[in-house]
Amino acid sequence: MAKGLHLNKVKITHSGQPLMSINTHVAPGEVVTIMGPSGVGKSTLLSAIIGTLSPDFALSGQIHLNGRDLTTLPPDERCVGILFQDALLFPHLNVGANLAFGLAQGGTKADRRARINAALAEVGLGGFANRDPATLSGGQRARVALMRMLLSEPHALLLDEPFSGLDAELRGQVRQLVFDHAKARALPVLLVTHDAEDAEATGGPIIRLD
Amino acid sequence: MAQSRRFPRLPLFPALTVLVLLGPVAAGLWGTLLPAFGHLPAAGLSGPSLDAFRALIDWPGFGPAVRLSVTTGLAAAILSLAITALILAGWAGTRGFRVLERLLSPFLSVPHAAAAFGLAFLIAPSGWIARLFSPWLTGWDRPPDVLILNDPLGIALTLGMVMKEVPFLLLMSIAALGQIDGRRRMALSQSMGYGRMSAWMFAIYPAVYARIRLPVLVVLTWSMSVVDVAVILGPSTPPTLSVQIVRWMSDPDLAFRLQAAAAALVQLALVIGAVGLWFAGEKLVAHLACRRIEMGHRGHYDRPLRLTGFALGTAISVALLLGLLSLAIWSFAGFWTFPDLLPDQFTARNWIRHKSGGLDALFETILIAGVAGAIGMMLTIGCLETENRRNLRLTQRGMWLIYLPLIVPQTAFLPGLQTLFLGFGLDMGRAPVVLAHLVFVLPYLRLSLEGPWQAWDPRQATVAAALGASPNRVLWRIRLPMLLAPLLTAIAVGVAVSVGQYLPTLLVGGGRIETLTTEAVALASGGDRRAIGVFGLMQTAAALVPFALALALPALIWRNRKGLLHG
Repeated sequence: MAKGLHLNKVKITHSGQPLMSINTHVAPGEVVTIMGPSGVGKSTLLSAIIGTLSPDFALSGQIHLNGRDLTTLPPDERCVGILFQDALLFPHLNVGANLAFGLAQGGTKADRRARINAALAEVGLGGFANRDPATLSGGQRARVALMRMLLSEPHALLLDEPFSGLDAELRGQVRQLVFDHAKARALPVLLVTHDAEDAEATGGPIIRLD
Repeated sequence: MAQSRRFPRLPLFPALTVLVLLGPVAAGLWGTLLPAFGHLPAAGLSGPSLDAFRALIDWPGFGPAVRLSVTTGLAAAILSLAITALILAGWAGTRGFRVLERLLSPFLSVPHAAAAFGLAFLIAPSGWIARLFSPWLTGWDRPPDVLILNDPLGIALTLGMVMKEVPFLLLMSIAALGQIDGRRRMALSQSMGYGRMSAWMFAIYPAVYARIRLPVLVVLTWSMSVVDVAVILGPSTPPTLSVQIVRWMSDPDLAFRLQAAAAALVQLALVIGAVGLWFAGEKLVAHLACRRIEMGHRGHYDRPLRLTGFALGTAISVALLLGLLSLAIWSFAGFWTFPDLLPDQFTARNWIRHKSGGLDALFETILIAGVAGAIGMMLTIGCLETENRRNLRLTQRGMWLIYLPLIVPQTAFLPGLQTLFLGFGLDMGRAPVVLAHLVFVLPYLRLSLEGPWQAWDPRQATVAAALGASPNRVLWRIRLPMLLAPLLTAIAVGVAVSVGQYLPTLLVGGGRIETLTTEAVALASGGDRRAIGVFGLMQTAAALVPFALALALPALIWRNRKGLLHG
């Protein structure tokens, strides 16, 4: 089967009532946007893809990623990364440990430190490893959250309105950063938003749900 | 301010509450300190001298008693916390968790003594578990001669405490979970490849633990110094240090009070040392966890751990349930030989025999719990309303203040309180006992009401004020009626706490105030299981019936007010 993320006749029902259905393919390096008013099931779809759908919902159809069927896999074996509106940096860990939490297992301690420092430098936060995440600005937090997720080496990236918390100027920067990094790694990206500007910035297909 | 001019009495509530909370603790510690150093005018002794400490150290049981207090206390606290964490990490947010929560939460209010008796009836050599497997598997046709209860290592005591503390820590953790975004933290960690257990332990639990740290300290110090459970399940020669303190306190020879006071100070030092050790342990665990996080270990051994957590949670609730059931059966048992599972006949004779004693104790219990609960509610609501009107919020330091009487070991300050009352020539009566109960009832009332009180929508008050209602009218006509259900729950919590109090009743009452709890615990050494069944069951009912009322009354009173029923 082809590379990328396939949502093959995915249907989600909530206690028997149909909630949403979607049939699409996200190629590696491509960003597909899902738009629609709140309550339409956008975030529920993302939960279904990462595998944390609450038991009140039921899913039919298949989710394939690079030829692997994810539909019945537990969330931790799916290799699907997600970014939320809040950076959700763990407040009990410093910035470096937050990244270490994400960084895929393996390598010596020195190796891992070097990779973390390199990742921080890559987003202009060199030397931030020992900082308390609470002291970072919104834009800095978003960048740390992105690198934490990318260091875990996901095979696809889901974005749950990750730019809505940022002000207009920062928003464009962070958005471009995320898309650039995803493209560089040839990740299929699924973006959920209700912001038209976000959707246009992707340059990819837009799916409207209602 | 116009408001405070109109309600001149309100600012008194916080001051009064702090006095009621801390006064007895401070006075009791003072009253312990003096006799420990040889000063006890009531016995014609004046210090200072170190004789009491010398006598204490010369007591041959000193070393073992100290060791028992420390080992059983630490073991109970560590096990309770570990089991709670295992259940949460494996199940929080799932359907299985809701089942466990429903199974365990009713047992929160069961008095420690009743739960301990229940466990004793299960695991004793002649208990239900031995009967279940005899004689077909064990070959026993009479109870085996093994020391399961009151074992010298205090294993039964530790189990008894764990059984009661797991539901407590679990419910405290659930309340803490409501304040953090656990679901998304979990989703995020899992999407980075973490198994459920690892994700929970490393990404969510630190935030939960930070919020349940004080309840954990309560469990630690309470397990180290508990008396009623230790009398029922703990070793007796020597007993734990706290039990020995109470024995010395009830010795007719006043000289033993010096030794008891010295031991009480040692108990306090042990608890302070253990808390210090605990803080060091927290640092160590945090350090180890950080090192693990740095290496990015994902951990995928979920299944066995999750099953273990569920099995332990179920085992605890089954043990509590069967324990209470065996209390009930013994209370109605006629002739019952080993190894029969059930008595030959059921009879009301035990109940009739203890009718007058039981009713007296029940009356005393209800009176004390009712008065303590009523005073406690007035103070607590007064405090909350004052803080509201003056725009104050409970700080972390305030939280420590509330928890302080629960963290200072009871055996450290209650003996001193008794000695002080004695020294002032005050009659040991009901009023001092109510005051002593209040020290323990107040913190739980506040903890129980804090959440619902703050969650109440203040715009309701704004609307009422705009309609011309005075702050008092808002309180009595809007806020309190709307909060009826949590208020009743708080009262039930307060009553259950008071019903379960053993040491304050025994020591401050000078042994002359007989509640269901003191009567039940007094029966422990006699081994009359039928009497224990009667008193244990009445004690449990006295703690549980108020909860049933707290659930039923709002549903009845607000039966035509759907908006008030779902909370």
